[in-house]
Amino acid sequence: MNYIPVGLTHFLVLSAVLLVLGIFTMLTRRNAIAVLMGIELILNAANINFVAFTRYGAINLGGQAIALFVIVMAACEAAVALAIVLNLFKRQGSINVRQADQLRD
Amino acid sequence: MPLFDIFFYLFAAAIVASAAVVCFSRNIVHAAFSLLFTFFGIAGIYVLLAADFLAISQVLIYVGGILVLIVFGVMLTNRVTNIDLRSALKSRIPALVICLALLCLLGSFLVEGHWMKFDQMPWSRSPWNKDAIEQATHAVQGTPREILDHQGSQGTAMALGTLLLTDYLLPFELVSVVLLVALIGAAMIARKETFLLAKHNRPEGSR
Amino acid sequence: MDQLILLSLVALGLPLLVFLLVIFNQRALADRAHLIALPAMAFSSALACYVAWIKVRTPGLLAIEWSADWIRFGNVPGLGPLVIRHSILLDNMTAILLVVVTGVSLLVHVFSIGYMRKDTRYARYFAFLGLFTFAMLGVVLAGNLFQLYMFWELVGFSSYSLIAHWYERHGPQYASKKAFIVNRIGDAFFFIGILLLFSEFRTFEFREIFGYIEQGLPLSFSMLGLAPETTLTIAGLLIFCGAVAKSAQFPLHVWLPDAMEGPTPVSALIHAATMVAAGVYLMARLFPILTGNAMLIVALTGAFTSVLAATIAITQRDIKRVLAYSTVSQLGLMIMSIGSGAVAAGFFHLVTHAVFKACLFLGAGSVIHAMHRALHDLHDHETDAQDIHNMGGLFRRMPVTGWTYLVATLAITGLPLTAGFLSKDEILAGSMAYGGLQQGIALAIPWIGLAVTLLTALYMWRQVFLVFFGNPARPAVQEKIRESPYVMTVPLVALAVFCVWFWFGRNPLSAEHGWFLSKWVKTPASVVPPQTAPPFRPAGYVPPPQEFASQPFGAAITPPQEGAHVWELPPMPHQVALERARVANTGMAEGAALGSALAGFLFAFVLFVWRPSWSASLRRAFRPFYNASQRGWYLDAIYDFIVVDTVMLTARVTAWFDRRILDGFVNLAARATVLLAHITGWFDKYVIDGIVTLTGATVQFLGLMARSVQTGRVQTYLAWVVAAVVVALVVLRFALFHS
Repeated sequence: MNYIPVGLTHFLVLSAVLLVLGIFTMLTRRNAIAVLMGIELILNAANINFVAFTRYGAINLGGQAIALFVIVMAACEAAVALAIVLNLFKRQGSINVRQADQLRD
Repeated sequence: MPLFDIFFYLFAAAIVASAAVVCFSRNIVHAAFSLLFTFFGIAGIYVLLAADFLAISQVLIYVGGILVLIVFGVMLTNRVTNIDLRSALKSRIPALVICLALLCLLGSFLVEGHWMKFDQMPWSRSPWNKDAIEQATHAVQGTPREILDHQGSQGTAMALGTLLLTDYLLPFELVSVVLLVALIGAAMIARKETFLLAKHNRPEGSR
Repeated sequence: MDQLILLSLVALGLPLLVFLLVIFNQRALADRAHLIALPAMAFSSALACYVAWIKVRTPGLLAIEWSADWIRFGNVPGLGPLVIRHSILLDNMTAILLVVVTGVSLLVHVFSIGYMRKDTRYARYFAFLGLFTFAMLGVVLAGNLFQLYMFWELVGFSSYSLIAHWYERHGPQYASKKAFIVNRIGDAFFFIGILLLFSEFRTFEFREIFGYIEQGLPLSFSMLGLAPETTLTIAGLLIFCGAVAKSAQFPLHVWLPDAMEGPTPVSALIHAATMVAAGVYLMARLFPILTGNAMLIVALTGAFTSVLAATIAITQRDIKRVLAYSTVSQLGLMIMSIGSGAVAAGFFHLVTHAVFKACLFLGAGSVIHAMHRALHDLHDHETDAQDIHNMGGLFRRMPVTGWTYLVATLAITGLPLTAGFLSKDEILAGSMAYGGLQQGIALAIPWIGLAVTLLTALYMWRQVFLVFFGNPARPAVQEKIRESPYVMTVPLVALAVFCVWFWFGRNPLSAEHGWFLSKWVKTPASVVPPQTAPPFRPAGYVPPPQEFASQPFGAAITPPQEGAHVWELPPMPHQVALERARVANTGMAEGAALGSALAGFLFAFVLFVWRPSWSASLRRAFRPFYNASQRGWYLDAIYDFIVVDTVMLTARVTAWFDRRILDGFVNLAARATVLLAHITGWFDKYVIDGIVTLTGATVQFLGLMARSVQTGRVQTYLAWVVAAVVVALVVLRFALFHS
């Protein structure tokens, strides 16, 4: 088995693994803050993609710029989401997302 | 094995391992602290990808901002009774199946996929894409590393700043507005809810 | 605009104003309608008198014309400019008729105040009298055929409305419908005639039509491929059809006796003095375009009508029907006179007849009024108040009515010192001249004229003797008879005064040098091409060179010059010949007319005064003739049989066809539709509804299934999303990448 030097594909596979882990976290955890962590994982996976394409592709520094925006958006999202989680906690005494099923009605 | 590759695998292992802890840990506090390692690993990956400014931003914003926020959230909401908030095995199996399938598919795409140059894309001949093709072909050629090499060790900060205030000015402004809105909104949600709750919880006879 | 035109327009508009004022205020006016109608008519009458006085006193003023564009069609391709105008033509004939119409109308208005008192529709009656007067003045003043036709129809309509004044009764209903329909028949032909002229000359104006024809007929002037001359004859006869209907000439005279169902003053105004004279006026107006053949037919129609009606009048029992047939007979004389070229004489007779016949009718109205009152007082509702056999000896009871009736009778029978004598002599002289020159069948015309004179005297004196003299048939009734009130007797006296000769000329024995014929009215010059004129020429007449005579035929016709007066043309050669022969025959005509009138008087005297039994035996001896005469020679029955029954039969056949065949089809279609509706209803109920129900059930089932998916948990939804992405990726991976 010949050695393959680390290239674009390696970074992308890493990103894919991170993505799947994030999704799995979102799907299975009942703690709202854990779900938030899964989201952060997914966003970071996306960022790795952007930066990797910046490094190996021919798209200038645009990818890095987008990644920067994503980081900022993640900050926003975290702030809002945590505020919501805090509200949820105040309303129903727990942050179990299984109990937050008002969307059904 | 070059040093680059060694660092890559090191960071990758750290990232995957800590993410797995986030994913599977029973304790939410553990998960929050392992997330710290994930973010640091990703910052390392950025360094490997010659994104120095981004790596710094990652450390500052994610580790210094978001993670602290999450930890505060955990601490504010955490109770002894709900340490174990993991779902039952019955509901985890479909999620596992879906995630594995997704992973396999993505992996097969990435490993087997052929990468095309931008101007060889089947849609590149379409007339409305002309500007994009032109921009791509007339852009500064070379990878960031080459750009870095060319610029000495000045880093990407200056190039990125120029880019943000020229080509990406509109998204930049929009993002700043969104950030503002989100901050105000987050503050409002927190405050408003307490206000409403106070109103809602008034004694019955006081109306 | 000329002052006279303006004044005559005012005289024309006043009756219309009366109509509009009264018809919309019937309730409010009720019994006071005459307070509006009478002054307006008096003013209108005064204006007409003034206009006529100025007009006939101004020598050399032949005709005043005024016109205003009404409808401009612009420059019609292929025809050139086309304009329909309002136009007024005021010549002596018009002016005199203005006086006659307004004058008689005024007197009838006055008479009606008494006669129609306490009538339920008093206001409506005066309104329609106004409308009629307006329409009649319009006919008289019209300067073109189209305008004349419009007023002509309006006259017919107002006549219809007035005949049907007592429309609750069956008689007036039937009579009004009959009058209207019979008039429509004639008017249809009249209108065809108008359009025939219009199609060639593109104008309705009298002056222009006469001018065109005077210049010669174009080759294109033809109907159904006939020669232009024949077409001109036909056009004249088509227009004559209108006169036949309106002036009650055979064969369309049948409506006039029935029209007596209307109020008696209406009969006096419309069905004796003015409206029925409209046909005569029309023929006098259009006399210039009558060809020789048309003249002969017109003259024969008039003569036949006149003798036919006279024979019917002898045996009638109803006082008004006698007068009605007498009117038909006199109108026949006028038409005959116009046909025989003596237009002035015919018009003269029209004027005098209007006066004395109006007087007779109003007198009859007075008698009927008195009879009604007497019978009412006696509570007798069985006796016919209009039957002359129920009267008798009324002269002493009603002196004013009797005297005026006597004067009018003298006038109509043509005894000297009356106006009727003058006009009848002129007609007879004219017909003698025409018969002598035309020869052939026209020779019968003067003999018919004489016979009619005799018969007229016979039936009029019969009526006078039976009504006013002799022994009263019902002494009880006669005792109750009283003279009518002043509003009714004053018009009688006024009309009787106008029956004397003095108004028309100085000489009581001849109108030849009186002002009416020598100054006021002259026979208009004919404009027809010489080839189509009657064949006779005056002695010593040298025909113009051939090329000149034939030149107008087929030549291009230029429009008549503006202001070129067809009214000033010299009479044509045959008219000169007629005129000379008429003057020569005047003395003979007078003698013959006087003789036959006296003979008629003697007959009547013998049969109804001296030896009344003779009339009964005569009646027995000629029973079939008597019956036939009394029923109008069965013409009504024949028309009923031929026309009415045919129409009814056709109607019945079409009704049967409609009911059985068409309705059958319709019913079949309806049944088929119902059947189809049942089928589609079943289909709708079980198939369409079934499909709908099935769809609903399916959706409900799917909804139940989908409902289980909707847990309300965000994580579940996310799981579905990821699964969907996986599926999409699988598709991409295995379907697209390897294809």
